[in-house]
Amino acid sequence: MSRKNFVSKTLAGLTEAIKQAVFAERYARLPGLLQGLDPRGKIITFLALLIATAITRHLAVMALIYLLTVILAAASRIPMLFFMKRVWLFIPLFTGAIALPAIFNVVTPGQPLITLITFSAPFSWGPLHFPATIAITQQGVHGAAIFILRVATSVSLSVLLVLTTQWSRLLQALTALRFPKVAILIFGMTYRYIFLFIKVAEEMFLARTSRTVGPTDTREQQNWLSSRLGFLLTRSYNLSNDVYLAMLSRGWTGNARFLDDFRFTWQDTVWVVFTITFLGTIFFLGGMQ
Amino acid sequence: MSDTIFKVSGMSYSYPGGLSGLYDMDFRIGRGENIVFLGVNGSGKSTLLKLLDGLYFPKQGTIEAFGEPLTEKRLQDESFAFAFRRRVGFLFQDPDSQLFLPTVWQEVAFSPLQMGLAREEVEERAASALAVLGIEKLKDRVPYQLSEGEKKKVALASLLALDPEVWLLDEPTANLDPRTQDWVIEFILSLKEKGKTLIVAIHELEVAKVIADQAYILGEDHRLAAAGKPQEILQDEELLLRANLMHRRRHLHTDPVRTHRHPHRDPGHA
Repeated sequence: MSRKNFVSKTLAGLTEAIKQAVFAERYARLPGLLQGLDPRGKIITFLALLIATAITRHLAVMALIYLLTVILAAASRIPMLFFMKRVWLFIPLFTGAIALPAIFNVVTPGQPLITLITFSAPFSWGPLHFPATIAITQQGVHGAAIFILRVATSVSLSVLLVLTTQWSRLLQALTALRFPKVAILIFGMTYRYIFLFIKVAEEMFLARTSRTVGPTDTREQQNWLSSRLGFLLTRSYNLSNDVYLAMLSRGWTGNARFLDDFRFTWQDTVWVVFTITFLGTIFFLGGMQ
Repeated sequence: MSDTIFKVSGMSYSYPGGLSGLYDMDFRIGRGENIVFLGVNGSGKSTLLKLLDGLYFPKQGTIEAFGEPLTEKRLQDESFAFAFRRRVGFLFQDPDSQLFLPTVWQEVAFSPLQMGLAREEVEERAASALAVLGIEKLKDRVPYQLSEGEKKKVALASLLALDPEVWLLDEPTANLDPRTQDWVIEFILSLKEKGKTLIVAIHELEVAKVIADQAYILGEDHRLAAAGKPQEILQDEELLLRANLMHRRRHLHTDPVRTHRHPHRDPGHA
C-alpha cells in the first residue's frame, strides 16, 4: 500500500478534529457528577486545585490530586481509557523528553540508584562535563517524577473541566466571573467558526481528491496548498465582514450582553465545601510547603 | 406617524475600489407593504438591503427611514440606533453570517438582550420564538451541528424574538430543500397577515408572485429596470429576458422536445 500523501493525512486530521469535538460535547451532556455542577463553582474549584498542584513540592499531594481527578472522571461517566489517553498520550512525548535528562547524574547529581556506565576518569565533551560513573540518581528520578506528575495532574484537571462542561456554558461562566465580555465573545465566535472553516477545508481536500488520479509532484501539491490557504483567508475575511454587519444589524453597540441560567444548588455547595476541606487539610498537614 | 418606512432618492452606491453597486435608485416603501426586489445574482439586491438596514451608506443620494435621514452619523446616536434596530430586522442570505454565537438559545436571545429588555422578557420572547418555529429541541445545539434548513429557521427565530416592524429578507428560500422552502414561504405569508412590512430580495419568480404586492426588477446594469404589480411585471417576458430572469430552455412536455421561453422554477414542466 502506498504511503499516505498529505491530502489524505490532512483529510483524516480534519475529520478527527470534528469527531473529537462532537465526542467531547457528548460527554459534557452525560448525567454525571461534574456535569451537574454549576460551571462557575467548577471553574473556581478547579483553579484552586490547579494552583495547589503548581505550588506543592510533595509527590504524595500531587498523586492525591491526580487520584481525585480519576475518581471524578469515573463519577462523571467519562470512559477511563479515553480520559487516560487524552492525558498520557502526549506526556511521554513532550514532558518525558524534557524530564528524561534530569534523571542522570550528569544533570542532577545525587545518590546513584542505577549505575549505567563507568569510565576510567571524568571527561568533558564540548560544554558537557561527565563524571567517571554515569548513573540514574534518586534525586533525579524524584525531580522528574514531580515534574511529570505535576503536568499530568494539571492536564487531567483541565481535560476534566472541558470534558464535563459544554463550551458555551464554560464561556458563560467566565462572563459571570467577570472575565472581559468582548474576549469571551471572541473566544465563542472563534470556536463556532473553526468548525465552519474545518468543513470548508475538508470539502476543498475532498474536491481535490475526486479530481486527482495518480501521484502528483511536491511542487504541485505546495502550489495547490498555498492557493487554498489564500482562498481560506479571503473567505474568512469576507465572512468576518458579514458577521460584523449581522452583529450591528442585531443591535450590537460594543457592549455585549449575555443571558445565563446558572443555578447554584446544594450539590454545588457540597462540592465547594469538599474542595475547601480537601485543600485545607493538605495545607494544614504541610502539603503546600 | 409617517406611513413611509423608506424613501430612497437618487441613491447610488459603489464598493471600495469602484466596483459596481447600485445606480440612481428612487423608490418609496410604505408601512405594511410587501415588496420584492427581483434580480439575478450580482445585480445588487443584497447590497440594497444592507443599505436599507443602515449597514452600508450611499455614495450619492439619500435614504430616509421612518421620516429621518439614515446616515452613518445618525446611527452613531445610540437612541436612534436602538430605535431603528428595534424596528428593522435583517435575515442574511448566508445563515452562517447571522448565527455567530455558540448556541441556538444565545442566538435567539441576542437581539432582545442588546435592546436592553428585562431578562424575563428576553427568555419569554426567545422561548416563544423557538416554539413558533417548532425548533425548541434545537435550543442547546451549536450552529455547526445544524442543517441549512435548521440554520435558516434559527435565523428567522432570532428575528422573531425581536419582532421587528420591518423584515428585510435576503434570499430567504435559497439553498433549502423544497419542503423547507414551502415552510419559509408560509412563514413569510404569516408575517404578511400580521401587517409587517416585508422587503424581500429574491430571484425566484414563482415565490415573488406569492408573497409580493409590489415588485421591483434590478437589471444587470445595477439600476431599477421596472416597478409594478407582480402579476403585471411577471407577465412581461421581454423585461424578464432583459433582466436575465427568464431564459429559453429545451425540455420535455410529454413526448417531443420543444424549445420556448419560461421563467426559472416553472412548476408546469418536467
